[in-house]
Formats: sequence, C-alpha cells, structure tokens
Amino acid sequence: MNQTLEKPIFEYSRPGRGAAAQHPPAPSADAIGRAAIPDALRRREAPLLPEVSELDAVRHFTRLSQLNFSIDTNFYPLGSCTMKYNPKACNQYAMLPQFLGRHPLAPATVGQGFLSCMSELQDMLKEVTGMAAVSLSPMAGAHGEFAGVAMIRAYHRARGDLARDEIIVPAAAHGTNPATATMCGCSVKEIPVDAEGDVDLDALTKAVGPKTAGIMLTNPSTLGVFERKIEAVARIVHGAGGLLYYDGANLNAILGKVRPGDMGFDAIHMNLHKTFSTPHGGGGPGAGAVGVSARLEPFLPVPLVGSDEQGHRWLDETDRPQSIGRLSAFMGNAGVLLRAYIYMRMLGRDGMARVGEFATLNANYLQARLRDAGYELAYPTRRASHEFILTLRREAKEFDVTAMDIAKRLLDFGIHAPTTYFPMLVPECLLIEPTETESRETLDGFVEAMVAILAEARSDPARLKAAPYTMPVRRLDDVRAAKHLELTWKPVQ
Amino acid sequence: MPFIPHTEEDVRLMLAAIGAPSIEALFDEIPAGLRVQGLAGIPPGLSEMEIGRLMSERARQDGQPLSFLGGGAYEHHIPAAVWAIATRGEFYSAYTPYQAEASQGTLQLIHEYQTMISSLTGLEVSNASLYDGGSAVAEAALMAVRAHRRSNSQRVLLPTTVNPRYRQVARNTAGGQGLRFETIPCLSDTGSIDPAALAAYAGEDIAAVVIQQPNFFGRLEDVDALTDQAHALGMMVIAVVNPTSLALLKPPGEWGTRGADICVGEGQPLGVPLSSGGPYFGFMTTRMAHVRSMPGRIVGRTVDLEGRTGYTLTLQAREQHIRRGKATSNICTNQGLLMTAATLYMTLLGPTGLARVAEASMTRTAQLVAALSTLQGVRPAFAGAHFHEAVLRIDRPVAGVLRALEAEGILGGLDLAADYPELGHALLVCATETKTDADIERYAAALGRALEALRAA
Repeated sequence: MNQTLEKPIFEYSRPGRGAAAQHPPAPSADAIGRAAIPDALRRREAPLLPEVSELDAVRHFTRLSQLNFSIDTNFYPLGSCTMKYNPKACNQYAMLPQFLGRHPLAPATVGQGFLSCMSELQDMLKEVTGMAAVSLSPMAGAHGEFAGVAMIRAYHRARGDLARDEIIVPAAAHGTNPATATMCGCSVKEIPVDAEGDVDLDALTKAVGPKTAGIMLTNPSTLGVFERKIEAVARIVHGAGGLLYYDGANLNAILGKVRPGDMGFDAIHMNLHKTFSTPHGGGGPGAGAVGVSARLEPFLPVPLVGSDEQGHRWLDETDRPQSIGRLSAFMGNAGVLLRAYIYMRMLGRDGMARVGEFATLNANYLQARLRDAGYELAYPTRRASHEFILTLRREAKEFDVTAMDIAKRLLDFGIHAPTTYFPMLVPECLLIEPTETESRETLDGFVEAMVAILAEARSDPARLKAAPYTMPVRRLDDVRAAKHLELTWKPVQ
Repeated sequence: MPFIPHTEEDVRLMLAAIGAPSIEALFDEIPAGLRVQGLAGIPPGLSEMEIGRLMSERARQDGQPLSFLGGGAYEHHIPAAVWAIATRGEFYSAYTPYQAEASQGTLQLIHEYQTMISSLTGLEVSNASLYDGGSAVAEAALMAVRAHRRSNSQRVLLPTTVNPRYRQVARNTAGGQGLRFETIPCLSDTGSIDPAALAAYAGEDIAAVVIQQPNFFGRLEDVDALTDQAHALGMMVIAVVNPTSLALLKPPGEWGTRGADICVGEGQPLGVPLSSGGPYFGFMTTRMAHVRSMPGRIVGRTVDLEGRTGYTLTLQAREQHIRRGKATSNICTNQGLLMTAATLYMTLLGPTGLARVAEASMTRTAQLVAALSTLQGVRPAFAGAHFHEAVLRIDRPVAGVLRALEAEGILGGLDLAADYPELGHALLVCATETKTDADIERYAAALGRALEALRAA
C-alpha cells in the first residue's frame, strides 16, 4: 500500500469555484424563493461546504477510497462480521431507476414489483430460519435485537405477567445484547460458559425464575463453537416461563443445516449484511430482519408486507393492533432488503446450503493449519463453526507481544486483522472468520503470514510492537484523540 | 458453485488437513434431531442473466410516476459522481473502521462529514450518523434526558407539527426506558406550534421539547421565540431540521439567545435516493459540552507514531462494545454508505449549489400552491412562510382525488386524513427543483379534471 495521505477536502476549496453542472440555475429576479423567508429566520453566514470542481471532488474521494482495506481488495477475516464477497449483481439490480425513484409514501399500486420482492423475501427468511413469521423493518442487527426484546416484553405484558424484566446473557455475548436489554428497560444477568464453551446449565437453572423475561443467545456462540446443549437451554428457559432470543450474527455457519426455529428460539434477528451478503458500506447500512415463533407473531414491528387477491401492501398498526409499532420512519433499509433478495434468489436452495458448508470447511481448515503452525486454539477439542478463536496468552507471556500487535502486523501483509479482544473472556484472542467465498490459496496465504509473524514474535518482538509499517499511517495515538477532541476540520489560523 | 471458489481437489486437500472424512462430518456436534435436510421452500437458484431479467420486470411494474410527495423524503437531483464513487468497492465493501491504519479513507471521510454537518447545523460536534430521521429523534430524546444537568425528568414534549412517524418511532424506541412523550397542539390558522401551549408547562419539570423546522406542514416556525421560551422553562431544545433548508435558514445553533441543544434530522435529501424508504441516514449534532452523552460513532483527528495526521474512532467508552449494558445506546453501525454519499453530495453542491436547490424547491412549491389554488375548491390551509411543502384544503375527500390523479400517472401528495383528522380534507404537497413548469401545469390540469369529475358524480 503505502499510499500518501490526502489533504482535507476543505483545503482544495477556492471561493467562487464549484461543480457548476450540479447547480440549478441562479434564481430569476422575480423568483418567490428566498424573499419569502422572514428576515429573522434567514441564515447569515454560508455553511462550511467545499467550493471545488467536480474533478477535484472525484479525485479526492477516489484517493480516500484507496486508503481503505475492503473485501474487494483484501482478505478480511474479521470474526463475527462475515465479510464475504458482495456480488455486483445485487447492487446493480437493486439500483434500477424505478426502485431508486419510488417514494416511500407512494401507494402500493405503484409498488407491486418492489413489494412482491419483499413478500418473497419474508417467506424465504421464514424458510431458512424455521420461524413462523418475519418482519423486515429493523435497520441493523442491534435494531433487530431491540425489536426482539421489545416483543418479548410485550408478550409477557399482554399476559399480565408484569414482573419479567430480567434478560439472561452468556458472559461472551456481543455488547449489543446487554445494551439492548437496557434500552428495553430490562436488567441483565450474566451466566458463565464451561471449559468447552457450552452454557453452564447449573448456572442457568439458578439464574431463571419468575423475573426471567428471556435469554439472548448466539448459536454457534461467540466462541466459534456450536452450543450443544441448546435443547436443554430451551427446556430450562421455557420451563421457567421465559423466551429465547437468537442473535443471528453467526447464522452463516448453519445456513441450510439447522434452523433457530427448530432449536426452540422464539425471536431472532438476521444480519442480512452478513449472511445474505449485503454490503457493510464502511459501517452500515445493515438490515436486521426479525423472525418469531407463533406466540410472538402479533407483536412484530410494522410495516409488514401483506398479500391478498388485490396484491401486496404494507400492514400497519391498524392491521396489527398488538404490534410493538414502527421503529423507522418508513420501511427500514428497503434498498438493502432488495440486495438480500437478489442474493438469495441467485443462491437458491442448494446455494444456501453450500454457504454453511463451505464457510465451515474454510474455518476448520484454517483452524487446523494454524494449530499445526504452532498457534494455540482457545477450544482445541471442538469443531470450528464458521469461525474460531486463537489465544495468544503464551506469546504475550513469553515475548510480550499482544493480539493487537499481531493484528496490526497482518495489515503489512495486506490482510485485514481478525477481530481482537472479543470475546473478552478469552485472553489475548483473535476471532477469525474466513467465509465461504475465499479460496484455499487465500487461506494458505493467511497461514504463511501468520507463520512469518510468529517467527518474528520469537526473533524480533519489538518489530511487531511498532507495526504496521506499510499503511498510510503508523499506529495512531488514541489517547490523544480522546483527550484533545478535534472532531471537525478547522482552517489554519 | 456461485460465489464459492473451491474445486474438488481443494475440498479433498482441505478435508485431509482437517482430518475429517467429509464436509458433512464437520457438523457432527449438532444434535442429529435438529438437522434439516434441504430447504424445499426456497426456489432453485438463478443465474445473473435470469435475475437481471426478473428484477427488470419487477422494476417496470413499479413505473416512474410524476410525484409531488414529500412528508419526510424528498426527490432531488443526485449528481452522477455521488453513487459512482460511493459504490466503489473500497467504500462499499469495507467494514466499520475499527482498524484505523487500514481505514483512513473512511475515517477521514467521516471527519469531513462531521465538519460539514456541524457547520450546516451551527453546532460544534456531529456523530458519524444514525439509522434515519425517526430513530435520530428517538435517540435525541434519550440523550436529552441523559444530558440535562438540572432535571431528572423523563418527560419530553412533541408538538403535533413534528412528523407523525417520528413521533411514533420516538415513543416505540424510548418508551421502554421510561420516557414519556406529551403532545402539544398547533394553531389552526397558521399550522405552527402554539406558544401558549408551551407556556402552560411553566413550573413543571420537562426534560426537552422537540421543534421541527420547517415543520411537517412545511411551515416556518418562530424558532427564536420558541427556543428562548423553552430554555426559560428549563427545557432542552431538540431541533429537527431538513438539511437542504439550512442553506437558507438560520441554523439551530443560532436559534434564540442560546441556540438549540441537540439537532437531528433525516439526511436523505443529501444525495440519497428515495428507494421506498431506505436506506437513509439520521444526522445528529450537539454542543461540545454534551459530546459524551451523544450516541453513535465519532471520529477524531490525531497523530501517528511519526507525528503525521491520522483519524480514528474516538470516545468509544460511550459505546456498546465497551460499555455493554451501560452504553449510551445499543447502536453498533452507522449508515456509513449513505453518509459517504451525503458527503459527496455536499461537496459537489457546495454552499452555492445547496442554496440554489433550496431556493428552487421553495419557488417550485410556491408556484405549485399558486397554480392549484386557482382551482375551485382548493385553497392553502395555512398562512405564513413555507419551505418546500404546503398543506392544501380540498372540498372533496383526498383519497378519491389522489386515486383519480394516480390514474393519470401523478402522485398528488400525502393525504393527512389518518394523522390529522382535525384538518378535514387536507393534502400535503411538495415540489423540489426537479419539477418544471410543465410538470406543475400537468398537475393543475389533472387536479382540475379530477375535481370536476368528482363534483359531477
């Protein structure tokens, strides 16, 4: 890489320059526009927006893009994030002009094409997850979690079961799980997992009771292994009157093999930007469709797509009086949903089952090769799911290098770092998820880089500690960033 | 195999390295009784050519009617460069910039976005965006309750002039944490917040009031007086604004004597296609004093080991992956790609272009209202200044009128009957810079015919 840094766009700005082709014509003298604004409500000083030519803008932002790692340019084995290839067709056909131009408040009569895609998407998601019903509206995984826990609360409330305000999460859960429980007005109870990564059933049995609203689980878990006691977990929680929430972050691992609905889950979210390959976009948009068992169906967030002999239409609170309501101004991340629809139709039933198979094959292959290369597995007796964890506690002790050092050094090999320091209960961990779209050669290249880094840890640990060397910047001073907040560009005085 | 590169030889070698007899064996930890055999309900796969044909047919079904709809999502011209750049793989297929050294492009872009949105809204700090305008209002209410230094109140005032969908999202999102939203009415002649209704809260403990400018009816509120009044009553002020309008309108940071405390809004007008309602993005800005109460990602400028400028996510101690149950929000993503598009849009439009878009939209709406109001049985509902939307009162039920217009390929606006029954037969219309004289004439002629037919019936 070694790209040179790019100066802020504001430093290209020159008064009076602009991308003139993009500006509407100057208003005529008799235009009603600005004159209609009362003097007290007018803006006095123009906003700080750049004044640059179209070429200036294109060059600047293209150069910025070149400072990024991305799936299109680099292997990106970021655990828990499912950084698989995003097929170009999904983007191209979701951006047909009629789809892009359709106003969200346009009547269903001028949206039957779009709505039919949404209706089929609801049905396909039901089929792959084994849930009774699906709502597409949540806009990200965490948003889907919010909908799920809100539905669980609404269910208990509708039964007059008002004391249930505790959510149980395993210690290794995603941070969004406890944060979501708090947003829904619940308190959080953490339970441990055993040495092989399964939920501690004794601790669970002690934790449940008349205050239990539900449990939030990821399966395969955040430890990269399948939760083998899931049926017992479901029995215990249901037996205590609680419900089971499935965090769909790891759905890619089991697509076509086992379904959350069959495991006993009552509410789930699916990260369409992971499993169904919609783009991560530098941090969003996601899409966090939710699925439910029959008892939670009345509480699904609106809008849903309903279908009858007249065609498809949105269902709102009038049709669904027990709904937890609307969580987005319009229809969630509709354009993302279209991309997921296209991806699912291209894969079809066989392609979807292959996703789980080859994601799992790739992860187990990498796990075996890295173990043989001398890395310590966090759960050596277990099969990997679609991801697995290395622990660098030995290297940390012997050579004083951390998981972060190794992650940063990988960047110099042109490989995006795996997830570091999550889950927090494994010391000095790297969570590695190759996904099914990577070839054996790419995985072998990763192993070679990891072997070289391990050799370097032994011979020259100081070199690791100062990595990376070939990125546009060296390691950044995060402490300074938080202490001397510079959150906007300021002109040089 | 679509999107899977493995040859048979690869699979054989990989299984040998693992020491497993088959791919199937890799699933042997899953209890056998739970396994599914196939997904019969999913149709067989399609090639790219086949899906292309299918999607083109679906798109054709939706058509491209002439639209005068607003109500929170607005049709604007989007420069070709915006999505040509935003869909570059380096932006489109990157993840959250947690590894700062390998994400300087996204991080610097967010910093530039924060600068533009801060300046546009006249407040010091911006986050890297939220889900949409509705969820941004909900997050702003939660933030105001957290950030208010002299009140523990969980009561927030939501005037009826705030987008009804934003009010629903706020209730549905923040209600679980105990926030209570109370409605205050608007004046029936001007369609703006009733200051007397706000004054009636004197002596009560209220965390914040939400003021939308321009409001849902397109009317310009007297934001200076309302802001000062709310501050005098000990409330924080949450501004909800249309970003295009801020090229011409006083920014929330300058409202009244002290300015609004938090500003949020729907970012869609800044280069994001209508796309049936999403993905859009919500923006949020505030004063530096409240930055630690703000939800969402924030990017700061710093230096690297060699003293060179670089950008990184900062103040992460507020966020869920660090704070877990005590985080400011459960939000994890921002709407990165849409924020990227908006930054490109604001750059290409610049201060001059954005002001022209705003001014042209105002002018077109004023022309539309004038043209339609010449028809018998149509008149503007509210007196006073409007931005690019207005409410018309019609002497026939709006639903039937809209159906007649639809038959002529025109989406005539939003029927307010469900959300504002007290307004009678009321229609919210919008025209932006995308509408021409001919478009407006076509609408007026069609509406005339529709009303005549309805009267004759």
